[in-house]
Amino acid sequence: MRWLRQVFAVTWFGLQTMPQRLGSSAAAVFGIAGVVAVLVGVLSIAQGFRAALETAGSDDMAIVLRSGSTSEMVSALSRDTVLVVADTEGVARDARGAMSSAELFVIIDLLKRSTGTSANVPLRGVQEQAFEVRGNIEIVEGRTFEWGRNEVIIGVGAALEFAGLDLGSSLEVASDRWEIVGVFSANGGISESEIWTDARILQSAYRRGDSFQAVYTRLTSPEVFTTFKDELDTDPRVDLKVSRSSDYYSEQSSMVTNLINVVGFLIAGLMALGAVFGAVNTMYSAVSARTREIATLRALGFRNGPVIISVMFESLLLALAGSAVGGAAAWIIFDGQRAATMNWQSFSQVTFAFRVTPELLVMGAIGATLIGLIGGIFPAIRAARLPIATGLREG
Amino acid sequence: MKYVHLVWSNLKRKKVRTFLTFSSVLVAFLLFGYLSAIETALEQGVSVAGADRLMVRHKVSLIQPLPETYEAQIEQIDGVVDATPATWFGGVYQEPRNFFFQAPVKPREYLAMYPEFLLPEDQLEAWLNTRTGVVVGRAIADRFDWKIGDRVPIQATIWFKRDGSRLWEFDIVGIYDGAEQATDTAQFLFRYDYFDEARQEGARGNVGWYIVRVDDPDRSVEIADAIDERFANSPAETSAETELAFVQGFANQLGNIGKIMTGVLSAVFFTILLVAGNTMAQTVRERIGEIGVIKAIGFTDRQVMGLVLAESLVLAGSAGLVGLGVAAWLISAGDPTGGAFPMFFFPPADMAVGALLAITLGVAAGAFPAMQARRLQVAEALRRK
Amino acid sequence: MSDTNGNIVQARGITKNFKRGAETIHVLHDLDLDIPNGEFLALMGPSGSGKSTLLNLIGGLDRPDTGSMEVGGERVDALGARRLAKWRARHIGFVFQFYNLLPALTAARNVELPLLLAPLSKKERRRQVETALKVVGLDHRTKHYPRQLSGGEQQRVGIARAIATDPTLLLCDEPTGDLDRTSGDEILDILQALSREHGKTIVMVTHDPHAAQRAGRTMYLDEGHLTAERPA
Repeated sequence: MRWLRQVFAVTWFGLQTMPQRLGSSAAAVFGIAGVVAVLVGVLSIAQGFRAALETAGSDDMAIVLRSGSTSEMVSALSRDTVLVVADTEGVARDARGAMSSAELFVIIDLLKRSTGTSANVPLRGVQEQAFEVRGNIEIVEGRTFEWGRNEVIIGVGAALEFAGLDLGSSLEVASDRWEIVGVFSANGGISESEIWTDARILQSAYRRGDSFQAVYTRLTSPEVFTTFKDELDTDPRVDLKVSRSSDYYSEQSSMVTNLINVVGFLIAGLMALGAVFGAVNTMYSAVSARTREIATLRALGFRNGPVIISVMFESLLLALAGSAVGGAAAWIIFDGQRAATMNWQSFSQVTFAFRVTPELLVMGAIGATLIGLIGGIFPAIRAARLPIATGLREG
Repeated sequence: MKYVHLVWSNLKRKKVRTFLTFSSVLVAFLLFGYLSAIETALEQGVSVAGADRLMVRHKVSLIQPLPETYEAQIEQIDGVVDATPATWFGGVYQEPRNFFFQAPVKPREYLAMYPEFLLPEDQLEAWLNTRTGVVVGRAIADRFDWKIGDRVPIQATIWFKRDGSRLWEFDIVGIYDGAEQATDTAQFLFRYDYFDEARQEGARGNVGWYIVRVDDPDRSVEIADAIDERFANSPAETSAETELAFVQGFANQLGNIGKIMTGVLSAVFFTILLVAGNTMAQTVRERIGEIGVIKAIGFTDRQVMGLVLAESLVLAGSAGLVGLGVAAWLISAGDPTGGAFPMFFFPPADMAVGALLAITLGVAAGAFPAMQARRLQVAEALRRK
Repeated sequence: MSDTNGNIVQARGITKNFKRGAETIHVLHDLDLDIPNGEFLALMGPSGSGKSTLLNLIGGLDRPDTGSMEVGGERVDALGARRLAKWRARHIGFVFQFYNLLPALTAARNVELPLLLAPLSKKERRRQVETALKVVGLDHRTKHYPRQLSGGEQQRVGIARAIATDPTLLLCDEPTGDLDRTSGDEILDILQALSREHGKTIVMVTHDPHAAQRAGRTMYLDEGHLTAERPA
């Protein structure tokens, strides 16, 4: 009991004298805050990208392409083929019939608002059921396009990223003018990077006749996917690649995700290393500033244990304060920041927003705690082991 | 330089602290090196874009094909020295993750268009004598461990063969190197004539884009406009631009990485500055008595200030330079993403910037403590001791 | 280096006050002092009487509020900080109660410190360091660090440092204050030898009458005034 009381006494005493050490304490807090902010920020890029993909894909939505295609862009499906897919067992049905949409995917050249340079923007031609199949498309401004007319709707991400995509303007594609009549959201998913129109309009503009590139279907349940796939795989009329949309999107993004992860963790790793050195250094300074104070306490009879704990506690406190400041900074600066990058498989732009998630903030706090512990333990032990007489002279 | 031992002896006083400060600055500059290399890699060759080359693609988008008959027509335009086609093949080698640039080209013309691709004459001869021959860049040869004589199977996703099959097989007849560090040596180039004959009948006669050499780089934009004029109102309208503009556009599509990098670096350096500055301030605070003594002995205020600054410079400067050195060494070991970057190196210009930053850091960290040391009153300092 | 009177130090009308919070403390009050060349002077007085302050004023470490301080013909109260520093380096040697050696430097390097400020070559510096250490009898411990030396040895290094540049004036602030009787006596022997054999002018502040006896003359500071007689 006396031991515990000593811990409180030493710690309380330490906290009271902290204003004297404001300089080095502040340095410790801001040092750790800086590291946490950057770490969380960089990792929020990967989180945002992943979120965009995950929202887009789901386990009960299937994407059907021509066999061997790495993306919709290189696939080609005939009208007969898409009808076969719509008729397959497992496809959900609603009042309008099979929940299946045969689609075209091309890219058009538009200028980025931020740099004024060219970018490849996805242009998708869809069928009536496309909205139901995805289930999360909402018109947020204007209205949806009328079937059969030269009208398009644009995703919120695309609207922010590319010049000329404004409600009411028109898009010039080859020799056609298409009017932008609405803006849609897709719960943050990658569809928001796209421009949508009637598949028939796209077919005629690009002289595709009656061919499509992909079929998006909603299944009655995630489990039914295997049956659905088996039936199509064994059908001699067609030669297809059938995937869950969730799998398809992760495959599509594997290059970018790999890049972001490697780069992100490399940077984060180096920063963490630097942070440990910096933190240990600052803690050492903070403790040496208290050497005489600690020696006095020990001379008065306080045991080593409580001294060590008190030093570690202060170190932890500073680290947590740092992670709170850093996390808040990261959230303010990074969360919601929009960015766009290239999907190499389809050569098109994918827009997404950085996401500072609670998981990241917790990770930052844990990291800071570890840094605080490592930073505090060595100086703490040194302070406790220093001969009291030496300590009284120092400082 | 007779004061060197004073600076050195102070750094040796608290070895642990010196080591920790040194290490944190070192790591910061290691990071700087990596970020420079990454930014350069993502720039995708802006620095080596040919001043006298243009890219001509379909106006609607890069994926629309152009007729192969355009080659002769482009070459007739005033200012054009030569034009040669290339096409995006987009095949898969083993798995989609192994992504690299593949294109059927006309061997001699393409290499003439890119003189920075260095291919030994005998390998070029072999290429001209082998229909299925492919010349690969050093970067992907290293990445996949390919040697001359290897047979490489590629699964097509866009260009199916006449018989409907997707398997194309190529024989490696040459490996080209880049004239500069930033030259793209990640290209997989095979023969256009073989490609055109083997591909499906309906797809023949089309190419992806043209690379054009102009006689006068100052007239690039003018010539590009002339090319677009020529094909305006035709079924396949063109969009011609300088290679620099094209590469820049592509880099911008990868994302505004530059801004993010700058942001990260600024935060890192700010943090390091705090740590180093705090350390320096600490050392000065601990030595107030000593500073008083040397001032009593007769060192001027300015000399004392200089000693503190020198200490900070030596510590931060040396740590920074070592960090840059280690970065250069590690980066030369290769691309950490295992091939996503066509080129990966630490540009010498950035190294120089890094060195300058190290020095600036040294001065900045020591500035405030140095001023304090300078202003210290002797009598007061002695009394405190 | 003395004026025509043969006085190294000539102080007239010296006043020095200190502020502590709102209070002003009058430490030295209209003080006059003459120190002839070659004298070994002891300054005594109770704690807080201003002995160290007077020493600082003589050594150019501080400036008087009024009055003139002439040392070696130079009005040190009128010199700017930079010139004062240069002047100190050339003309003054300090010996402190707590030695004030730089713990990061060896004995030899400590002694060398003032020599760095003179335009000497490395060889010349080394020679003067050796000479100084020999005078104080410490030439066998040159490579040791202060923490490896006894109190008496450290003070000897302090004296060696003070005489290394062959200064005009040696100012000692309680040089034996932190030493035991034996070590203290050794130090006083050295100081006396410096005075008698080398003709050095020495001003020593002390509260120990035993140490003051070694000096040629003793003055007493009391309430800011200097007297030749010991106060009651």
